[in-house]
Amino acid sequence: MISTKVTVVDYRAGNLTSVCKALRALGCDPLVTDDPSTLSAAEKIILPGVGHFAATERLFQSGLAEAIQRRVAQGVPFLGICVGLQWIFRGSTEAPTVPGLNVFPELCERFPDTVKCPHVGWNSLEIVRPSRLLHGLDSGTHVYFTHSYRAPTIQATVATTNYAGDFSAVVEDGNWMAVQFHPEKSGPAGLKILQNFLELPAC
Amino acid sequence: MLTQRIIACLDVTAGRVVKGVQFVGLRDAGDPAELAERHVQGGADEIVFLDITATHEGRDTLLNAVQRTAERIFVPLTVGGGIRTLEDATRVFDAGADKISLNSAAITHPGLIEEIGARFGAQAVVVAIDARRKQPNQTEVVSPELAEVYINGGRKTTGKRVLDWAREAEQRGAGEILLTSMDADGTRNGFDCELTSAVGRAVQIPVIASGGAGTVDHFVDVFTRGHADAALAASIFHYGMTDARTLKEKLAAHGLSMRLPC
Repeated sequence: MISTKVTVVDYRAGNLTSVCKALRALGCDPLVTDDPSTLSAAEKIILPGVGHFAATERLFQSGLAEAIQRRVAQGVPFLGICVGLQWIFRGSTEAPTVPGLNVFPELCERFPDTVKCPHVGWNSLEIVRPSRLLHGLDSGTHVYFTHSYRAPTIQATVATTNYAGDFSAVVEDGNWMAVQFHPEKSGPAGLKILQNFLELPAC
Repeated sequence: MLTQRIIACLDVTAGRVVKGVQFVGLRDAGDPAELAERHVQGGADEIVFLDITATHEGRDTLLNAVQRTAERIFVPLTVGGGIRTLEDATRVFDAGADKISLNSAAITHPGLIEEIGARFGAQAVVVAIDARRKQPNQTEVVSPELAEVYINGGRKTTGKRVLDWAREAEQRGAGEILLTSMDADGTRNGFDCELTSAVGRAVQIPVIASGGAGTVDHFVDVFTRGHADAALAASIFHYGMTDARTLKEKLAAHGLSMRLPC
């Protein structure tokens, strides 16, 4: 049993069941919350999210954004999944008036019309530098994606994926970590990534 | 590189997996959760459960199977059959499904696509289209443009053209199209590549081809001539004729992009 207090942030964006089931399979008992005050005890924060970027507006309105920021500044590791990755960028053209957390100042954009959209299915990771999240995984590993918007490749990118050009599949900068794909749906490779996150030292 | 997906489909009724030919003559094939796990271990990229009776009692058994399955498999799980309202969909998602597939209900109440998409994300809504180019007991096959959409397990025509309905489903926010050729389903004579390709050209969202899988060459055909993004099969996996891994290795040898090792 992993004793770390993992808090999964619920902001009514899609379905948290799969993420929680994967965490339980790894021996952890996640706390699901939409209450900013409970985040002050979190030792790990996971922000899932599927659907429209506009749904993240609730994170600022509810005070969850501030609570997340405060806790990560205190040294708590953060893992964003899918829209959770896009949210820690400046924003997305999907909802231009809704700000992101701006940990990374770049903007997420839709895939060009030259490819099928959404990008759905198993695509490979190209690991561009060592990271804690991808420890033990090799380039060429396939993970499951389903999204229409993507983050550009930046300094914090630790793995890229190619679909109409390279985009950020995994970013990691200190305690800010995020993946564009769904580790909870990516078979053994995805579970390994979640386990790497769970095994990070809590603050 | 994005790989082409191999999806194992389990038709479920009264809590058991069954397989028939063109929707009749069902045979028992086992426990859904157990079979789903075996398919994933065998290399399947995704699992689809289709509740083909969708009766009230059958519903709870299905949800129980979804729950047990979602605890043991960590690849995408789609559930279809009998989802008529947002509440039905919510129960299926809460049990652990990642996507739901809408068929008849999307035809009679197209707004459901938007409604479920708004709550769970468009990527979670698959619109399943049962298509016919040939009337039962007739030999004439019409062009893909004239293919018709059938509902109620393939028993009732809607008068809608497949390509028009696929475009409408996309506009309403469907994340994928699951296209079943009723003419080919259960025959093991190959997918309808012509129809799959026509639907793929009509929409920007991924198309999953279904119906007719029997040999490795059928899959090669549907990915090359049919331009399918994914192919779905049931019986060739159930009875141990092949597993997804063996199939994918053979497809990779034909130059197709597959998730391997898996």
